[in-house]
Amino acid sequence: MQLDIRYPMGFLFGFLGLIITVYGLLTKHLTLGININLWWGLVLVVFGAIMLLLARAGKARTP
Amino acid sequence: MNIQLHSIDYVILIVYFAFVLGIGWALKKFMKTSSDFFLSGRAIPAWICGLAFISANLGAQEVIGMAASGAKYGIMTSHFYWVGAIPAMVFVGVFMMPFYYGSKARSVPEYLKLRFDEKTRTFNALSFAFMTVFSSGISMYALAKLFELLLGWNFHVSIIVSAVIVLVYIYLGGLTSAIYNEVLQFFLIVLGFLPLVLLGMKDVGGWHALVDKLNGVAVSSGFAPGTWTQSWSHTGSPSANPMGVEWFGVFMGLGFVLSFGYWCTDFLVVQRAMAADSMSAARRTPLIAAVPKMLFPALVILPGMIAIGLHASKGGFLPMGADGKPDYNMVIPSMLVKYFPPGMLGLGLTALMASFMSGMAGNVTAFNTVWTYDIYQSHINPNQPDSHYLKVGHVITVVGILISIACAYLASAFNNIMDMLQLVFGFVNAPLFATFLLGMFWKRSTGHGAFWGLIAGTVAAGLHWALTVPAGTHHWIKGGCLGVVHTYPVEMAQNFWAAIYAWTVCFVATIGISLATARTKSDDELKGLVYSLTPKIVDHHEPWFKRPATIGALVMLGAIILNIIFW
Repeated sequence: MQLDIRYPMGFLFGFLGLIITVYGLLTKHLTLGININLWWGLVLVVFGAIMLLLARAGKARTP
Repeated sequence: MNIQLHSIDYVILIVYFAFVLGIGWALKKFMKTSSDFFLSGRAIPAWICGLAFISANLGAQEVIGMAASGAKYGIMTSHFYWVGAIPAMVFVGVFMMPFYYGSKARSVPEYLKLRFDEKTRTFNALSFAFMTVFSSGISMYALAKLFELLLGWNFHVSIIVSAVIVLVYIYLGGLTSAIYNEVLQFFLIVLGFLPLVLLGMKDVGGWHALVDKLNGVAVSSGFAPGTWTQSWSHTGSPSANPMGVEWFGVFMGLGFVLSFGYWCTDFLVVQRAMAADSMSAARRTPLIAAVPKMLFPALVILPGMIAIGLHASKGGFLPMGADGKPDYNMVIPSMLVKYFPPGMLGLGLTALMASFMSGMAGNVTAFNTVWTYDIYQSHINPNQPDSHYLKVGHVITVVGILISIACAYLASAFNNIMDMLQLVFGFVNAPLFATFLLGMFWKRSTGHGAFWGLIAGTVAAGLHWALTVPAGTHHWIKGGCLGVVHTYPVEMAQNFWAAIYAWTVCFVATIGISLATARTKSDDELKGLVYSLTPKIVDHHEPWFKRPATIGALVMLGAIILNIIFW
């Protein structure tokens, strides 16, 4: 396809995850004893990274 | 209820909008022909189509509405997924997609033209076109209303901003843009609402504690314990469950007629599969979509169950409505406020916004295609070069959005008109699946049979409405205006049975009229359109995960297991 959707997705979620993680580190707000910003921010970063890795792997396969 | 947003939340929302518009912009240079614009050039891989298929259906009304039903009816709401969606999605992928995709029809109404005749196509195209702009307007209205209530945003500004964003990305990138953004929205909705469910589960103390609390809810509402956590056990009689329906109505009305009518014939979802890059990908689209669909109850129904459980045990979890009952529509907003600090709150609201926009964009792309190909090209101005239809597509996208905005204001001013229109669309949709079923699997069915069968089914749905009422209602819009032959316990039961009658009348009338009229299409013309005249697809050489029939069987098995676990 003309544009691999996994690139924008990887960048969007990676970026949002980064913002939320840093915000969690700074504000240390706890919900039910959990710093949800920090942890879910990291989940988003990992998800974004996986998308970017998949996009690169996909590009390597189809020249 | 009032939510205070911090600047971090606005940053998240703005980043998302920037990406949405950026995707449209990046796709602009690929939109060269009308096929690129309306059909994504039939070049999208299966997994993307599959996620868009599910996302186009996942409007915010669904997210908010299913959570509300989860609170009101408990796990019986999952019938809308495990019975009311999965079997139909498997059926359309395995059995119907070969004709939709293989016929090279560019829209669902165009399939009707190829299979039957012009009048059947036009009837379907017109009712569908009206319905989509209307639904898109309703999404817009619901979004503006909710954000006005929650965030204090100006109603008009919300309408204009959401309309402009959807307009820009579809205008630039056509269906591809809508599909790509739907995939983005899918992940945003999952990643935005999943932490809400996880925190809610932690708060309530896990599944067993939740069951305990919900047993209390059931008993205090006058039902047997377990009514909120068992999906079939209490469907022997309508009075034994809060939904007020019995198993036959659920199974036939929802599971067969309504769900097959929607998933198998609605161009809004089928269009996503038609954009796939191969026959195999098109057939796998609804099957791939069925996997997340099957798991969605955990994301959209469970929050409602958690909220009502906590509301019953602690009190004050949900705000009270005007009727003295908890305001069920506030389940998701209440949980957002309760569990999400600034930051995550921005993500949650962005997910909500995304689900509104995906619902809207899905309707707009389906509308512009049907208008351009099935109404403009076939009735108003045929035989023009392709570039002309591409231009018309652009123009009608703008017009469609403008009509949607008008509908949104209409909805805010006249609630009755909206109810009325929704009612009429219900009449038109109920019998549709009978027409497609006979068209695809019985070569003897004729154009006259299909058209008059559809009309008969629509009239039957109207008559059923005019002769029955749900208990305890007196307004004419609920039915019974020609006298009351039967009283249903609830409106949902009335809807299920209306669908059953409409379908049956259409099915029988189509067969009868077809047998009485001559065929107008030869066997040769029907090749690729009817099951018995189309060469079978051979896919034995493919690995199992690329064979639609195998995936379909696995998906069905999964749905059956879920039904048994939560019996």
